[in-house]
Amino acid sequence: MSKAHPIGVFANVVLLPLLTLFVFIGSWEAIVHLFGISKIVLPAPSAIAVAFTDGLLSGDFVWHLAVTMYEILAGFFFGACSGLLLGFIVALVPLADRILYPYIVAFQTVPKVAIAPIIVIWFGYGVSSKIVITATIAFFPLLANTIMGLRATPLDQIEMLVSCTASRWQVFTTIRLNQALPYIFVGLDVAIVLSVIGAIVGEFVGAKAGLGYLILQKNFNLDMAGTFAILIILSAIGVGLHALVSLVRRHVVFWMDTSGEQVMGA
Amino acid sequence: MSKAASLARISPPPMTASTVPIDTAAEPLVHIAALEKIYATKDGGNIHALKDVNLDIATGEFISVVGPSGCGKTTLLKILAGILGRSSGEVTMQGRSLSGPSRELGVVFQAPVLLPWRTVLQNVMVPVEVQKRDLQAFEHRARELLRMAGLAGFESKYPGELSGGMQQRVGICRALVHDPSFLLMDEPFGALDAMTREQMNEELQRIWTESRKTVLLVTHSIPEAVYLADRVVVMTPRPGRIVDVIPVDLPRPRTLAMHNTAEFGRFVARIRAHFNSAGNLDL
Repeated sequence: MSKAHPIGVFANVVLLPLLTLFVFIGSWEAIVHLFGISKIVLPAPSAIAVAFTDGLLSGDFVWHLAVTMYEILAGFFFGACSGLLLGFIVALVPLADRILYPYIVAFQTVPKVAIAPIIVIWFGYGVSSKIVITATIAFFPLLANTIMGLRATPLDQIEMLVSCTASRWQVFTTIRLNQALPYIFVGLDVAIVLSVIGAIVGEFVGAKAGLGYLILQKNFNLDMAGTFAILIILSAIGVGLHALVSLVRRHVVFWMDTSGEQVMGA
Repeated sequence: MSKAASLARISPPPMTASTVPIDTAAEPLVHIAALEKIYATKDGGNIHALKDVNLDIATGEFISVVGPSGCGKTTLLKILAGILGRSSGEVTMQGRSLSGPSRELGVVFQAPVLLPWRTVLQNVMVPVEVQKRDLQAFEHRARELLRMAGLAGFESKYPGELSGGMQQRVGICRALVHDPSFLLMDEPFGALDAMTREQMNEELQRIWTESRKTVLLVTHSIPEAVYLADRVVVMTPRPGRIVDVIPVDLPRPRTLAMHNTAEFGRFVARIRAHFNSAGNLDL
């Protein structure tokens, strides 16, 4: 570890990005006022802040936020669990691998967003269709990473354990499970971010409540400031959930070198 | 100096029913006859990794296997460890045909191969756990081994917090924890600097003198092989085969100063001659 000066670290990690933010928001505000840009094209940051606090204080956001959060978490839970389960089956049962893998790959190439309308017809306009869409999207990162992780055990570790007369089951519980954990957490991280997208897409297709539904409503009323305010909430949800997964990962897979945090686009 | 002196003196927990006492009769501990190993390559060809290998290892003997890369010495060790099958030939251990890994075996690998999510102590205890031995009794022995290896106070550290030399010493403790009668070592000191290496050689000699375990050490260092061994097995590559077995009758305990004696030099020269004739001048 480098022995950087604490104040220098603080300046680099906190002050610089904060400064960038102030400059960005300041010039945004200035440009909107200088060029007289219409608020239905680009609202000023001050207008967004007003819409944000109004929405929060009226309780308008809170209800829709709760609905969307429920969809995200339930969908993530079901998608992640089934992806994990099927991943174990495919990685450990060769027959299941041969039978299922081609279909898994084929289904993975289908854009899940494109089947959202079908799911809404099947499961209705309530929360259940959003949970199903979210689960479908969260499923594959877990499936792919679990399979990869269970197959990633270094040969020398297996040889070491086998040389102590370990059985296949002992190799699995002692090494393979642990070696798969970093991969599974990458899957969880991707899945949680995708879950936010899944829930919003589901609500776009047809819903009675939720932040995605609220965005469409605000858009319809040309309330751009309100739309931007919801975008802030959505990114806060994404950042928060990602941070939560990272926190659990650092605790569980403490032995992994986390100096090179991966960037995972979704 | 003395930290390793009694590494082997640590009394193992009482023998369990499954621990087979070693027959000290004249019959060799390991008997290898006409051993062959052929690998199939991806392009359909064959690599003759071991060709007609014959070797008997007596109980309590220290054997060094020396040879350049690709001579099959690691293949030989992996076959003896039971983690690699043989193509043909006979390998018996304590009179029984070798068919897999044995509880009586300890293996030290080229890399320490520690599990990063386990503490030092938990890593040393791996063979005990796998073989379902008495955890409490052997934990005491594991702690003693670590203390003797100069790793006292590091029991709850994780491998990532240790230097390479310390990690390798943890690997050696792990190979010794279940008190095996036969120790296989695959270039265990290859990654260490020359000074640490000589120190480790001295400690290994001490362990062996105290415990009289049977040891097979694979190395590419000729002086290391001579310094430690009762017999040096010389192998050459393509195909991997034994070209000479040289008894080293230097008196024990051997000292590092012996490296400079004419006698030591003659052993080294005799081994090196094999590689010069085989065109392997890099040794």
